[in-house]
Amino acid sequence: MPETALNSYRNGPDAEGRFGIFGGRFVAETLMPLILELEAEYKAAKADPAFREELDYFLKHYVGRPSPMYYAERLTDHVRQTAAKGKGAKIYLKRDELNHTGAHKINNCIGQILLAKRMGKTRIIAETGAGQHGVATATVCARFGLPCTVYMGATDVERQKPNVFRMNLLGAEIKPVTSGTGTLKDAMNDALRDWVTNVEDTFYIIGTAAGPHPYPELVRDFQSVIGHEAKAQMMEAEGRLPDTIMACIGGGSNAIGLFHPFLDDKEVEIIGVEAAGHGVDTDQHAASLTGGNPGVLHGNRTYLLQDEDGQIQDAHSISAGLDYPGIGPEHAWLHETGRVKYVSCKDEEALEAFQTCCALEGIIPALEPSHALARAFDRAAEMDQDQILLMNMCGRGDKDIFTVADALGREI
Amino acid sequence: MTRIDDTFTRLKAEDKAAFVAFIMAGDPDYETSLSLLKQMPAAGVDVIELGICFTDPMADGAAIQAAGLRALEGGQTLKKTLSMVTDFRVEDKTTPIILMGYYNPIYIYGVEAFLKDADAAGVDGLIVVDLPPEEDAELCLPARKAGLDFIRLTTPTTDDKRLPEVIKNTSGFVYYVSVAGITGGAAGEKAAVDEAVDRIRQAAQLPVAVGFGIKTPDQAREIAKIADGVVVGSELISKLADSPKAAIDHMNALAEAIHTARKT
Repeated sequence: MPETALNSYRNGPDAEGRFGIFGGRFVAETLMPLILELEAEYKAAKADPAFREELDYFLKHYVGRPSPMYYAERLTDHVRQTAAKGKGAKIYLKRDELNHTGAHKINNCIGQILLAKRMGKTRIIAETGAGQHGVATATVCARFGLPCTVYMGATDVERQKPNVFRMNLLGAEIKPVTSGTGTLKDAMNDALRDWVTNVEDTFYIIGTAAGPHPYPELVRDFQSVIGHEAKAQMMEAEGRLPDTIMACIGGGSNAIGLFHPFLDDKEVEIIGVEAAGHGVDTDQHAASLTGGNPGVLHGNRTYLLQDEDGQIQDAHSISAGLDYPGIGPEHAWLHETGRVKYVSCKDEEALEAFQTCCALEGIIPALEPSHALARAFDRAAEMDQDQILLMNMCGRGDKDIFTVADALGREI
Repeated sequence: MTRIDDTFTRLKAEDKAAFVAFIMAGDPDYETSLSLLKQMPAAGVDVIELGICFTDPMADGAAIQAAGLRALEGGQTLKKTLSMVTDFRVEDKTTPIILMGYYNPIYIYGVEAFLKDADAAGVDGLIVVDLPPEEDAELCLPARKAGLDFIRLTTPTTDDKRLPEVIKNTSGFVYYVSVAGITGGAAGEKAAVDEAVDRIRQAAQLPVAVGFGIKTPDQAREIAKIADGVVVGSELISKLADSPKAAIDHMNALAEAIHTARKT
């Protein structure tokens, strides 16, 4: 679709939950009534000032919003040292890694648990890969006094022990998933199986902007606080909008949260960064847009890593948070319309950017945004010095120190 | 008249419920699976549900998940599943075959090409778990147009308000999932199933088959007294994991119980 054919990029999804051909409600009949109920309840909540007020209260006093927007002067200098003369845009970081629980995930969890309360649900389930969404869900469940079951791939349970223990401390029950290949997608399958079985009392807090409608919409809306804040903060700091905004993408919730408020600002270039693992030309990556094609999984049509028989393939990324063979449907649509440009970043490049950020800014980034950071350095180097690049630092790297040590061949 | 209509009409005249049996195509390999398929009518199976393997079967329990993975490891594809039906039809022109699975393999095959090839192979109907009526334009309507039945699942969460919507484009029969849950779990309470079957039968004017959680001949006999069809899947898959003979023996026992249920 040519850009001029659209009045706005911000009107989706349509009544059927579609962004173009993407999205939809591809779920078992058992779940359909509940999904329709959730859609109606979310619509009512959006129109209810008391819901907004309660959400804002918790975002401010519990999550710690607004998160700062920070001019990364030393990273900017670092880029300028090797960039052509006059090149090297100012790099700003939206610091969602400073949120309670250390990532953007909690923005969405607060919103969804308030919806669960409104709907009278008494039990929460979630899926998690690295454990960040699991920790955020366990956190809000502790705060709101609801029992919480988290599905997590058995291999992830093994390699993310600190997060498993965190979730335990917060009172959540962890169910290691051995079905299928025992990864994030299988954790999501098992969460869906739980939901189908306990549909009466259970609310499923999906962690990314994917799944059946209305999840992609409501997760986006809850995460859009990132972009709204960033816009206002940039106007205050620079008196204008950034030239380029960037974020990493697994399922794509932090990215859509940053991007969505900027979609109709045509002068703002928007770039999403997928995880290229060992390279998109290998079978060891997680770049669904770059290396996949449209299919139907987990309730929505979107780009998927799959074979010619429609069987889903395993994703690979050094960052467990990007290690998913699909992507949110709105990203699939933004990719096809051309409004957002999607690029990718390999494990080793993310690792290098991770170390640079630690050394120069005193910020230990999560491996997920380290992917965006690597491409941000490249992009900034092509831009003029009076231009501005804003990147979402969506999570902190404390959880990743063991992975990084391992990748660097160091013992802790 | 289609093979599905014929079968239910004939059994109704004999005051019998239909035995609907599920196996996963290609489990554990093409030859074993085809051989089992060919033996099913003689073992008393009236309607065959043939599973399309998929890596991510979100509505299935452990038994069918494992069967799907075995089939995938054995190299099964949707194309091979269709050729299995073609092979079966060489000798059997009357037993209805319904393909059951998830949408993505069909979507990737291409809906139009799939419907053409399925029809040519001798497939009678489709059950696609992750296509609710909200997504009818994807496959249900094109399938009906191509002459294939689209059999819908209704569940305990399908209330009176929603039921007409769910059965609107359904044909062949209606599959009542007796519990909110996944395959191979608990079975529904008899009284609740009884009530639901009546309700659906009246609303749809179609035969109603009941499935999910039915394992033993005794359970099957109880359901056969109230429903037009009894679906057994996971338990047969588990028996097959022991041996093809164990699966056939269990089919014979289930068929006997289902077909004599209303005589006792």
